[in-house]
Amino acid sequence: MSVMTVPPSRRASARRDRVGYLFVAPFLIVFVAMLVAPLAYAGYLSLFREQLIGGVRFAGLDNYIQALSDERLLDGVLRVSRFFLVQVPIMLGLALLFALALDSGAMWLSRVIRLGIFVPYAVPGVIAALMWSYLYGPQFGPITQLAEALGLPAPDLLSSDLMLGSVANIVTWEFTGYNMIILYAALRAIPTELYEAAAVDGAGAWRIAWSVKIPALRPALLMALIFSVIGSFQLFNEPALLQRLAPNVIDSAYTPNLYTYSLAFVSQDVNYAAAVSFLLGLVIVVVSYTVQLAVARRRR
Amino acid sequence: MTLPRKRWLAVGAAATLFLAGCAGGTTGGTTGGTDGGEGKPAAISQADIDKAMKTPTELTFWTWLPDIDKEVALFEKKYPAISVKVVNAGNSQAEYTKLRTALKAGSGAPDVVQLEYQHIPGFAITDSLLDLRPYGAEALKERFVDWAWGQVSGRNGEVWAIPQDTGPMGMLYRKDIFDKHGIQPPKTWDEFAAAARKLHAADPGVYLTNFPTNHNSIWTGLMWQAGVKPFQMKGADQVSVDVAGETSKKLASYWSGLVKEGVVSTDADFSDQWFQALNKGRYATWLTAAWGPLFLSTSAKETRGKWRVAPLPQWTAGEQKSGNWGGSTSAVVKMTKNPIAAAKFAEFLNTDPESARMLTTLQFLYPPTKALLSDPGFVEQKSDFYGGQQVNKVFADISGTVPTDFTWLPFMDQINNDWNETVGKSLADKTDTAAGLDKWQQTITTYAEKQGFKVAR
Repeated sequence: MSVMTVPPSRRASARRDRVGYLFVAPFLIVFVAMLVAPLAYAGYLSLFREQLIGGVRFAGLDNYIQALSDERLLDGVLRVSRFFLVQVPIMLGLALLFALALDSGAMWLSRVIRLGIFVPYAVPGVIAALMWSYLYGPQFGPITQLAEALGLPAPDLLSSDLMLGSVANIVTWEFTGYNMIILYAALRAIPTELYEAAAVDGAGAWRIAWSVKIPALRPALLMALIFSVIGSFQLFNEPALLQRLAPNVIDSAYTPNLYTYSLAFVSQDVNYAAAVSFLLGLVIVVVSYTVQLAVARRRR
Repeated sequence: MTLPRKRWLAVGAAATLFLAGCAGGTTGGTTGGTDGGEGKPAAISQADIDKAMKTPTELTFWTWLPDIDKEVALFEKKYPAISVKVVNAGNSQAEYTKLRTALKAGSGAPDVVQLEYQHIPGFAITDSLLDLRPYGAEALKERFVDWAWGQVSGRNGEVWAIPQDTGPMGMLYRKDIFDKHGIQPPKTWDEFAAAARKLHAADPGVYLTNFPTNHNSIWTGLMWQAGVKPFQMKGADQVSVDVAGETSKKLASYWSGLVKEGVVSTDADFSDQWFQALNKGRYATWLTAAWGPLFLSTSAKETRGKWRVAPLPQWTAGEQKSGNWGGSTSAVVKMTKNPIAAAKFAEFLNTDPESARMLTTLQFLYPPTKALLSDPGFVEQKSDFYGGQQVNKVFADISGTVPTDFTWLPFMDQINNDWNETVGKSLADKTDTAAGLDKWQQTITTYAEKQGFKVAR
């Protein structure tokens, strides 16, 4: 019968395609409504300028040009970069150490310890920062009181010299456990045959850790690293809460995210805040990509 | 560093706003249009008011005062057709952020809202508040102290809100500490400085006072006392900013001098540290407002009976002047659909004798009404926490000494924030406060110009 021109198989596959879209639709709708549209709107906003006197006008890329030469923004980016370079290696190093120790099975009470290291991650960031701001307190905080009891000069942990370190300490305390769990899970996924083979070759525990476990952890470490890049550049909670204790040390542009927040809600400058957010997003993409590239190249 | 998603949420919220904005926010209300001469809207007739107050209506009222439903109940009893939904939309800044969002969206704003005096111009300039003159608000002028009424009045005589409470500034001091060191309550700032040095030398663990550097409320109050007029609207798009003039520099050298000598501390106030310090007697005075005494009696219970109240020290002996710190108002949002009921609610809440009294006893507000300030039942109350002193009386007298011509600009959030990073920082770091003032002047000017204002000094 030559009437049937469309091969049935193709028609069926076309129908199947349409059904496929139907299945993806719920996701697509949410994705577009919650991610693409707001992002596009923020991009749109960033091209305008609104004034109390004069209203809204199209500004083209003025906001971006202004942001690129905004010293307060650049200072903030440099500050979180420094934070990233110092804090992240310490945190991931500790996480790796704990994960290897737990995995080796040589640790007593390993369940209790594992939970203990992980618990800070479960404490809400706000509570954590409040707790630490009490511990850091320069007059009645326990650290100060201990130093005084020992007759030592009490360190001012909230001074401008030590503040970044104090923030790094809180973040390390909070996120070491989280990264440890990622690494530990990756370690459990390593096939035991590798260990057996290594043992047959005469490798000891240290050698196995160095030559088998750590190389196998590379993808997990890379993921933890990328998360840390994003986390560092988006630093907000901890400095925002410590700001109440040391308002003159942590100013409104201490981190880029704090600056964006203050631009939007204190200065009422949503347009400029949107432009700054976009630039910050760009910085994060570039740094993440660089990190990924650097790690991938070393593997080769 | 927990917020990878926070930014998306923020832009998501912004997008929602945009969509809502597109739907078009028609502002309800019966005002506008008609002109009562000199740009003043025509008065609403009593018949219209009577009719509106008998029409079943629901009002929404945003406030952060606890237990305010007791006063609201009085209103609902008098006007049974009207019910008021009380919403706590957060304390000051949190509430303003929500209000701005709702205003931009064109829906979701309350009918009546609690606003602090210094934030009225910011909402007035965006045309968000209802001028209450057509609703008979001008007749209320005589009931309030002049300087409070001045704060709610617009440049062209508009009435933007009804005053609710005030904070004329005074000095709370620890009588026990003063007695121990033979110090008399200082009457002038010179005596205050001398007492600060003497006290700290005698006991290094005690400071005569703490000068917080985390907000500029006290600084602004002291500028007010010293007669500085830092923020003035000179025209629709003209402002004058004068925060670094001669008198302000005098304030700067005075306070930075005491701070640099180390006889006055600079702890952040209302922090954990500060509460403990008050309880433990680290500060011998607290420069505060009329709402301070009750606040202190609940937060420094251990020091019961040791405190007394006095006016602020003066720059010139024999003078009596003060400034104001805090206090708020009830304003009607312009997009309300029930302007008459909303305006009458704002009026009732703050002027009805029973409701106004309740605000002082239940919410512990310090009243702006002349009636209460001269009411023996209010001013002659004795407080055990202050050794039986008539605290309200002291502040009622101070209230009469607040200069009446102090005003605000439409962007106090920015101004206040900039103070922390310029003047406040210089005090905390013990650097040049005069330079900090110049920088403050400069940052305010830059911001104002960016917002399209013409700035004069």
